[in-house]
Amino acid sequence: MADRSVQGAGIKIKNLYKIFGQRPQAYVEAVKKGMSKTELNEDHGHVLGLRDINIDMPAGCIQVVMGLSGSGKSTLIRHINRLIDPTAGEVIIDGADVCKMNQNDLRQFRRHKTAMVFQKFALLPHRTVLDNTVYGLEIQGLSREKQEEQARRWIGRVGLKGFEDHYPNQLSGGMQQRVGLARALTNDAPILLMDEAFSALDPLIRMDMQSVLLDLQKEIKKTVVFITHDLDEALRLGDRIAILRDGEVVQQGTGQDIVLQPADEYISSFVKEVNRGRVIMVDTIATQSGAPSTTGGVTVKTGTILEEAAKTMTDANQQYATVIDDNGKPTGVISMNSLIQAMVTPISHLTSKAAAE
Amino acid sequence: MDWFYSFPNMNDDTLRNLKKAMDEGFKAFTRQYGDVIESFFQPLQYFLIQAERFMTTTPWPVMIVLIGGIAWIASRNWKIVGGTILTLLLIGYFDMWSDAMKTIAMIFVGTVVSIVVGIPIGIVMARSDGFQRMVNPILDVMQTMPSFVYLIPVVMLLGIGKVPGLIAVVIYAIPPMIRLTNLGIRLVDKDVLEAADAFGSSSWQRLRNVQIPLALPTIMAGINQTIMMALAMVVIASMIGVQGLGQPVLRSVNGQFFSLGLFNGLAIVGIAIIFDRVSQAYGKRLQKHQEVVHG
Repeated sequence: MADRSVQGAGIKIKNLYKIFGQRPQAYVEAVKKGMSKTELNEDHGHVLGLRDINIDMPAGCIQVVMGLSGSGKSTLIRHINRLIDPTAGEVIIDGADVCKMNQNDLRQFRRHKTAMVFQKFALLPHRTVLDNTVYGLEIQGLSREKQEEQARRWIGRVGLKGFEDHYPNQLSGGMQQRVGLARALTNDAPILLMDEAFSALDPLIRMDMQSVLLDLQKEIKKTVVFITHDLDEALRLGDRIAILRDGEVVQQGTGQDIVLQPADEYISSFVKEVNRGRVIMVDTIATQSGAPSTTGGVTVKTGTILEEAAKTMTDANQQYATVIDDNGKPTGVISMNSLIQAMVTPISHLTSKAAAE
Repeated sequence: MDWFYSFPNMNDDTLRNLKKAMDEGFKAFTRQYGDVIESFFQPLQYFLIQAERFMTTTPWPVMIVLIGGIAWIASRNWKIVGGTILTLLLIGYFDMWSDAMKTIAMIFVGTVVSIVVGIPIGIVMARSDGFQRMVNPILDVMQTMPSFVYLIPVVMLLGIGKVPGLIAVVIYAIPPMIRLTNLGIRLVDKDVLEAADAFGSSSWQRLRNVQIPLALPTIMAGINQTIMMALAMVVIASMIGVQGLGQPVLRSVNGQFFSLGLFNGLAIVGIAIIFDRVSQAYGKRLQKHQEVVHG
């Protein structure tokens, strides 16, 4: 059991299409050949949900899918456990195509490979916190003793110890979503699907839950697919981010990639509001020039975000710092000047936004 | 212009022959299958007789404690228990105890049959739109057809007695059970159902863990309606030989006994109120955790 929880499973989504309507199959070819979403909707009465999605989600990482409402992000996550059937394409997990499973295999797959957290919590109102948490294991047919043992452990880990016998309607929204998270984790599946899991929570609680998730992920190393409409949340949580617009992936990469090289104006309009100091890492601005003697002995680790580096440097009252790798070997130098420059939104973003308007 | 003032109806002879053919056909059907159908309902008769014997032979103080106890378990409300016991005492004091017990036995068996038959039909209806389209008009007919009309074939098939009376009661009382089970299951929160699917529930697990529990308050409202409608049938059922509070009412209509009719009528009202308050209080208790307390 412990072995399984450490190893996530990678997810490969290939050429995935989803068309909503009476006869979706009839329009797949036309859409593949480039029929637009508007044309499909107005002339043929079908809605294009997803177009040619290709995402490779490595095992054990948090993959964020970001997009505004109507971008197809919730449709996409429901293809991973096939709550929605695709019109064309493949979702490969552990070498098996989820889209081709029969009902029985699909049920087994959902029971053992995936667990899901929902935006509106979707708890069973007539069950206590404990009975909600055991749900997945109960479905699998484990003994009640084992169910409770697992459930109590995860209820404790999400900070709900002492609330086992409360009913969901006695809890606040944040606490209800902790139950949702505990229910999913108790299932001990390698894949954790989170559909706007924190969107219904107020900002402070949301930050809190993000920290809970990041802390847990260090330990459980599951493949997490996290859906959000909030770029800050995406950048905070995501090892990798895919941005969806009108059912198509417009850019994917690490948070830093997206902030530093937004693929188009649509993305730059999001990115300009982002606190860059929390996303960009010192590695990006480190240079080889400048002798280590000028840094006054201040060092920052590779992978540190600019904000933290700035704090270290101001605390030490130094203009320069050495960037060192995990073994303590210096890899470059950063200056306070370059730090501030990188943290301020580049002018190109502002002008491109102005041009767009 | 004759056709304009009097409706050009079917030829009198044709109509007479049609009715005659239908009557004879049904009579033949009765002769052929009457015994089979009667033996089919044999277990029902057994159940009914046992229930009635239990209600009438148990000493009245035991009965009052028993009914009061059930009222307490269901409602957890002393006012309702007190009202229940007071009503029963009054019924006994006015010498209607044994008739009242027979009526309660009849209502009990009628409700149990309605639940056992009605809930599965309601569940199938909730799962299939086609079945719903088929069953809905049948339920409409059952609720609007004057009860005397379906009493005729029932009496022809099974004669006069308890079982035909019970069938008449069930036909009249079962539609709300079926309809509200169907409605309750259809109204179950889609998000919760999706969660059940996402965790890999089989369709039986989905039904047992999510749909039935969440529909239960609505189903309870259906049971409450069924009981009320069954009570409304007590007088009509007494016309085909069902014993209980309906018989004296029927007698008082024939003999113009005002006070006899009034007392027995009030006893039926009293029993109706007991059943209603107890089952409603139980339904409310079931809903306790479904109300949203926090925003």
